Amino acid sequence: MSQDLLRLTDVTIEFGPPKKPIRVVEGVGFSVAKGESVGLVGESGSGKSVTSLAIMRLIGGRVVQGRIELEGRNLLDLPASALPEIRGRDIAMIFQEPMSSLNPLMTIGDQIGEALLLHGWRDRTARRDRTIEMLHLVGIPNAEGRLGAYPHQFSGGMRQRVMIAMAVACAPKLLIADEPTTALDVTIQAQVLDLMKKVRRELGMAILLISHDLGVIADVCERVIVMYAGRVVEEADIRTILTRPQHPYTRGLLRSVPRRNHEAERLYQIPGSVPPAGSVRQGCPFRDRCELSVSRCAEEMPPMFRFGSSQSAACWVTAAAEGVAQAGAAA
Amino acid sequence: MTALIRAENLGKTFGATGGWFRGASDQVRAVDGVTFDVEAGETLALVGESGCGKSTLGRLLLRLIDPTDGTIRFDGQDVTRLSSAEMRMMRQRMQIIFQDPFGSLSPRRTIGQIIGEPLEIFGLARGRQARRDRVAQLLDQVGLPPAYMDRLPRQFSGGQRQRVGIARAIAVNPSFIVADEPVSALDVSIQAQIINLMQDLQRDAGFSYLFIAHDLAVVRHIADRVAVMYLGRIVEVGPKRQIYDAPQHPYTQALLSAAPEPEVDTVSRRIILKGDVPSPSNIPPGCSFHTRCPIAQEICRRDRPPLAQVAPGQLAACHFARPNPIPLGDAA
Repeated sequence: MSQDLLRLTDVTIEFGPPKKPIRVVEGVGFSVAKGESVGLVGESGSGKSVTSLAIMRLIGGRVVQGRIELEGRNLLDLPASALPEIRGRDIAMIFQEPMSSLNPLMTIGDQIGEALLLHGWRDRTARRDRTIEMLHLVGIPNAEGRLGAYPHQFSGGMRQRVMIAMAVACAPKLLIADEPTTALDVTIQAQVLDLMKKVRRELGMAILLISHDLGVIADVCERVIVMYAGRVVEEADIRTILTRPQHPYTRGLLRSVPRRNHEAERLYQIPGSVPPAGSVRQGCPFRDRCELSVSRCAEEMPPMFRFGSSQSAACWVTAAAEGVAQAGAAA
Repeated sequence: MTALIRAENLGKTFGATGGWFRGASDQVRAVDGVTFDVEAGETLALVGESGCGKSTLGRLLLRLIDPTDGTIRFDGQDVTRLSSAEMRMMRQRMQIIFQDPFGSLSPRRTIGQIIGEPLEIFGLARGRQARRDRVAQLLDQVGLPPAYMDRLPRQFSGGQRQRVGIARAIAVNPSFIVADEPVSALDVSIQAQIINLMQDLQRDAGFSYLFIAHDLAVVRHIADRVAVMYLGRIVEVGPKRQIYDAPQHPYTQALLSAAPEPEVDTVSRRIILKGDVPSPSNIPPGCSFHTRCPIAQEICRRDRPPLAQVAPGQLAACHFARPNPIPLGDAA
């Protein structure tokens, strides 16, 4: 499909010594269209962050299989020397803790200017104007006067705004945001989520938002990919996920989120815990915690089944109940 | 119902007075004039954002730090006047559960030693075998196999660690437990397990919780009453149902609406507050919330509103609090 900006196919990532590898991501595939906002949701150990770092080729692990294509070009085939060109210009990334990504000894004006310079903004005045424009876009009051400020002079929420300004300064095609609001207070989180939507609207870029919080993803994203124990277990547009989830894990995750408007006698809980990385041997990784599991779940990893035009999920039981076909089969 | 804990006009100022380089601006008023009760057997949730003083308040109640002013009565007794030896014995009745239960514990000690320590200190299980039996029983109560007692903390997942932290807290049969963000670091699917466990244990043993959280959604299931803090003060407190269904303080309303929920079409109802939380070392005059409040008027910049009753059992500190609830969204 020519519409795809980013496409991951069968991506498998291993850590540890090659002779005793720990497989943390297995057979992951999804795509992000131009200008689309996609959420990658999962709990700790789901492999969501590792997957996002692999796109930027920032991981210490090995991508042992699969393709990561940006506009049809496999990023995994590129020499390391080609990467700085792509990072920032084509794909930019923001993280949970902006302080660890900002240089404490450089003014924010210089830091954003440096990113621009790296991507060909030679003219000093143009750089300065663009920096002010970006700081203004992300809602830093008195942007011009803050060019000479250092990161420690900003609050956590303001730092995340500066990070976003720096990330989008070169108008990347894709912004990868890894838990961008997890360290922020809820009222500040609401501001930053709103800002991300505004920036996306104004710059027309795609967003891949990684979060453990389905609420955050529902706020920003059009489509969501659910990961569990290193695999994609469900994918659908956001409304479908929220109203008709098909994978038992997605259902359990949605039911266990505490709601402010709703009170049950007891919170729904998924029994057990996420299996440690690399421990899943055979079959469905969720089967030990699943209320629906049958003997086949222990024997064979379910493929993705297509439940509707935008929805697919990897579950033998719900697929059989709905009588749906395997995704990728001729529709 | 009787008050197990009664805090009156409790205050804590950090930062030394005097000294060569210190001025009044170095002082942080972390908790300011806080008055509230915790009833026997109830759960009072204390909710607020970072820097609001909620953790400081929790530690003050246990006298892990000493208040600058005010009194704390525990079962009628003024604990602010107890000597440190008397306080030590009092601690058997009050325990704390941390966000990271092992943050302050040695990684080289086994789970059995960690849970067994308070038993030893308070002489609750004499002899090694008696202690092991009691630890086994506690592990079972918190849903861990008793055989885990010889394991080390690093072999446990986040949820299991919190179970150990809970076992250690309940080991001495306390009547009051401060739970400081006990589920904030846990995955969503594990949070529910821990909250349900805490509720079950309370039902069996009848102790009270002060449950500290930064998010109103998470405490909805466990709280009987909710207190909302902003910049060192309680701005609203009341029975759970009223706080969620008819919040009176604009900050409570914003906090309730701010957290995105995985539901279709909730975005439009959100109140987004402007600006950052002011620094606790430089608290705005008048109503300390006025710099971010969507409905602030002149009076709010000038006069600090008292925490006054707005409904039976519900108090709010707002000049514009009214008996009829403001529907969420209208204030945006």
